[in-house]
Amino acid sequence: MKDSRGCRERDITFLKAQAKLVRVEILKMLAVAGSGHTGGSLSAADIVTALYFSKMRHRPDNPSWRERDRFILSKGHAAPLLYAVLAMTGYFDISMLKTLRKLGSPLQGHPCSRALPGVEISTGSLGQGLSVSNGIAIGLKMDNLSSRVYCLLGDGEIQEGQVWEAAMTAAHYRLDNLCAIVDLNGLQIDGPVSKVKAIEPVASKWSAFGWNVIEIDGHNWEEILNAFDEAETVKGKPSVVLARTIKGKGVSFFEGKVEYHGVAPTQEELERALKELEVNG
Amino acid sequence: MDKRLHSTEQKTGVKEEAIATRDAYGEALLELGKERKDVVVLDADLSGSTKTGKFAKAFPDRFFNIGIAEQDMVGTAAGLALSGKLPFASTFAVFETGRAWEQIRQAVCYSNLNVKLVATHGGISVGEDGASHQATEDVTLMRVLPNMTVIVPSDGYETRQVINAIADYYGPVYVRLGRAKVPAVMPDDYEFTIGKAYTFYMGRDANIVAMGIMVSIALEAAKILKQEGIDTGVVNMSTVKPLDTETLLNTAKACRLIVTAEEHSIIGGLGSAVSEFLSENHPTYLYRIGIKDAFGCSGTPEELLKLYGLTADDIVRTIKEALGR
Ligand SMILES: Cc1ncc(C[n+]2csc(CCOP(=O)(O)OP(=O)(O)O)c2C)c(N)n1
Ligand SMILES: [Mg+2]
Repeated sequence: MKDSRGCRERDITFLKAQAKLVRVEILKMLAVAGSGHTGGSLSAADIVTALYFSKMRHRPDNPSWRERDRFILSKGHAAPLLYAVLAMTGYFDISMLKTLRKLGSPLQGHPCSRALPGVEISTGSLGQGLSVSNGIAIGLKMDNLSSRVYCLLGDGEIQEGQVWEAAMTAAHYRLDNLCAIVDLNGLQIDGPVSKVKAIEPVASKWSAFGWNVIEIDGHNWEEILNAFDEAETVKGKPSVVLARTIKGKGVSFFEGKVEYHGVAPTQEELERALKELEVNG
Repeated sequence: MDKRLHSTEQKTGVKEEAIATRDAYGEALLELGKERKDVVVLDADLSGSTKTGKFAKAFPDRFFNIGIAEQDMVGTAAGLALSGKLPFASTFAVFETGRAWEQIRQAVCYSNLNVKLVATHGGISVGEDGASHQATEDVTLMRVLPNMTVIVPSDGYETRQVINAIADYYGPVYVRLGRAKVPAVMPDDYEFTIGKAYTFYMGRDANIVAMGIMVSIALEAAKILKQEGIDTGVVNMSTVKPLDTETLLNTAKACRLIVTAEEHSIIGGLGSAVSEFLSENHPTYLYRIGIKDAFGCSGTPEELLKLYGLTADDIVRTIKEALGR
């Protein structure tokens, strides 16, 4: 027990450092692209770093490895985050990140599975990822594979009806190999989620739909890792991690700002942001 | 006739500056809201981009943000129409016509309700966001629905008139607007009427029948061709449904070649509509400029227009090859 604790501490130190680099890459690629989604990429950066650098079994040199765990970015506009972790874990050369959103690049504005190995399914139209995750999870069970499926959704995104259709499906088919994560950063495009169209009480909604609900601080490493461990042990029902996060997390002048949902940092903002990340570790 | 084309060219960029049709929509909607108390506006978390935000600010009690729930938005609009309101429902064209298609079919068109679906971000000129956000099938999807009227304005001036015209018309309407700025092309004395095309100039060799941003590109192409001695006209077919068959027939009779131009799939859109009518009524040598059964991708609007063969040069080449010149 003591040993594994020490292991976890080392793990967290490593993940923290990686998450910082992930944020650096996100900001750099967005600044070069001149457009794209900053806020929602940064809010989920810790969670997705934990998945790709620690929790998930995957082989960057063999993206179609049958026994891999799957990650579905249902909130497809956070593509820069997905691209950063894919590049940093070795799916493709990190220098490719500067081609984001450029003509001919495999790094499309929203993830395109035909263009980029490692992307399980093309997303960008919100609300569709959980249904696809269900299908994958059912298929894995049919093939007796123990792989797990992770699906990241936005808190605005769960206003889509399809999300709740899928929520019902996952519970009905007892998809305990599925773990959804909702990035509760409190903001969507037109303002705070609570003002645009309220989703609360969000935890009781998911539990009423038959899910095991795990509520965490989405920037607390201990809680993130424990949540994914717990999800893995729960049998007979899918789990959802409700992660309270800060949109734009890591860059003080982007944090909690609705304006930075779909705006890339300028060169000047990039320099300030990188300095901040350096100082705060 | 030459003079008319000339005067249009002169007007371009002089009196009216280039603006995006979505910006013109935002202004027109605001004005309409002042005049008519029955106007209500719905959006699906994109009011900044669709420009309905202007109306929302001025008339918060008549604006309903339905959140990221396009199907729900269309159904709610249908209900508001049943309550005697005049709903305008806006989001990006992909989500409006794609996600909510069956709601539009069932709740709006089948019941023939007075719902105005005004979508922005039509076509590939959306740019960097890529295929998931570029509507290239929306005109097809809306045109196929009984009772639906489909309008694709060419510039800001026309857009303002379209919004007023559809407010005075009873029935389901789909209006497709763009994200990027477009040059002003319509003359000052132009008056939009639903179902009426506008002929800039009637060519004896070829005529380009265009919609949306392709109208200004067609005018550019016609100018180049004229310099090369190929008499080419341009028709703005802003109402794709109902099609102005009278103008179309006269145009086809006047020339040897019709070229349709749309920032949209060549399957089911303007090119199809024109082909369907002419095949049955006046078989005409015809080419379709448009997206050839493909998805869009990321890039700047200019790069994408080039990649998908939607530039003035592409139109010029098509017409010259077709005429063997
Ligand atoms: C079906 C659909 N409707 C609208 C959009 C446009 N859109 C892109 S991001 C976004 C807001 C998403 O908010 P949220 O899910 O909270 O994401 P996050 O805050 O994590 O960025 C919207 C409305 C879309 N991509 N897909
Ligand atoms: Mg959010």
